[in-house]
Amino acid sequence: MNTDKNESPMTQILADLKALAIGFATTFKHLFQKPFTEEYPEYKRPLPARSRARIILTRDPDGGERCVACYLCSAVCPVSCISMQSAEQADGRRYAPWFRINFGRCIYCGLCEEACPTAAIQLTPDFEMCKQDILALVYEKEDLLVDHGGKDKQYNFYQYAGVVTDVGEKGTHIKEEKPVNIRSNLP
Amino acid sequence: MLTWIAGFILLIVKLGIVLGCMLFLAAYLVWAERKLLARLQVRYGPNRAGKFGLLQPIADSIKMITKEDIVPEAADRIIFLVAPAVVATTALLMFAVVPFGSSLKIWGREIPLVISDLNVGLLYVFALSSLGVYGVALGGWASNSKFALLGGIRGAAQMISYELSLGLSLIPIVMLAQSFSLVDIVQAQANYPFIFVQPISFAIFFISAVAESKRIPFDLPEAENELGAGFHMEYSGMRFGLFFIGEYVHIQVLGALAAVFFLGGWRGPWLPPPVWLLLKIILVALVMIWIRGTLPRLRYDQLMELGWKVLVPAALINIVITGAFILI
Repeated sequence: MNTDKNESPMTQILADLKALAIGFATTFKHLFQKPFTEEYPEYKRPLPARSRARIILTRDPDGGERCVACYLCSAVCPVSCISMQSAEQADGRRYAPWFRINFGRCIYCGLCEEACPTAAIQLTPDFEMCKQDILALVYEKEDLLVDHGGKDKQYNFYQYAGVVTDVGEKGTHIKEEKPVNIRSNLP
Repeated sequence: MLTWIAGFILLIVKLGIVLGCMLFLAAYLVWAERKLLARLQVRYGPNRAGKFGLLQPIADSIKMITKEDIVPEAADRIIFLVAPAVVATTALLMFAVVPFGSSLKIWGREIPLVISDLNVGLLYVFALSSLGVYGVALGGWASNSKFALLGGIRGAAQMISYELSLGLSLIPIVMLAQSFSLVDIVQAQANYPFIFVQPISFAIFFISAVAESKRIPFDLPEAENELGAGFHMEYSGMRFGLFFIGEYVHIQVLGALAAVFFLGGWRGPWLPPPVWLLLKIILVALVMIWIRGTLPRLRYDQLMELGWKVLVPAALINIVITGAFILI
């Protein structure tokens, strides 16, 4: 009820009744409409590629593990659900001998993905991973590793890194100058 | 002695049937409300438990019964435990005076189709519906929680104001039927239901009835989005279930009363009387659900203003006009 002084009470009442009638007619019309509901287990809405659910560890195009065990994801994780150990391969590449994510704690914030310098850790749209046993939600490296590049298929960290490994010698990396001889280019 | 025993057994059987029907109807009224409300809001509503979610009331009651019955440490224990029962019992007892048919003849014995034909049936109904407020107010008080207390206070204030217009709206009916007995009131509507002669009265009664049953747009004692759950906030398990049953039985009773006072009670062509009463109850309940699906909640002062400044004077004027007509 708005209290407009200029209108007579009768027109006011009629206007109110009309407003009520419109409301009731609207809900009555809804009765014969097909509900908008998407019924979940029968219909699964295709999720955007960037929606954040189960975390994976991706590989570079050559099939090597991208993760260099830098601990950045573990450090940025607000609930500390990522833990790992770092080690070095014979050619100097760093890797994680074990890598563990506790999905019972994970809040799927995606900060690990943002922190990752090698695009190794990525979130996928697959969210149907609940378990009765909470310990079954602790994923080890074998559970996390996949054999594809995730969202960034062509990226290979060691082709840019400037670190001497099997992937490239000094000066062979992308956007890297040939090494100069510091003795011969003295003034 | 033998007739006394036979009468007693009959009463128990009648009580059992009515109680069973009411609880069953209350359970399926919840289902109907959820389903219909969902469709009004362009959703599906419960559709997982059984076909069309028809087993949902059973699933709900199993859940309610098996849940833990928590009593808050700071609560006033005894009152806290009793309050839900008050709501449910008063709602159930109100149905005792509602006639659901004229009478049945079995083995040469006349069985009136009403549990108790009180000659002050209408006053009995009001007495019980006023008592029902105690369940709300005490439940809110005993919970020892600010939200529950606010809900309880609102409940009490709202009930007092709407009880008045509810009672006043029925005085013209009593004047027309010249009786307080619900059986006589239905008898007086043999030619035409009273809604045709007392439409204003019906409107006041219906609005007050919705307010009595604490439903949207008058659900201030519950007011989910300001008080959590209002007066039954601290309740869990079957005690919460009792409040719920009380509310839905209350809807049925108010539907039955609307039918008895205005829609001709069990009267109707072709179908047997109890079915007519049932249909009228369901019709009133469906309209109440429709209202719930459409209107927003009134503010507290608007609620009070509507009760005291609109409904009560309108009911009083209606009484005067009806009296004048009867005198002429």
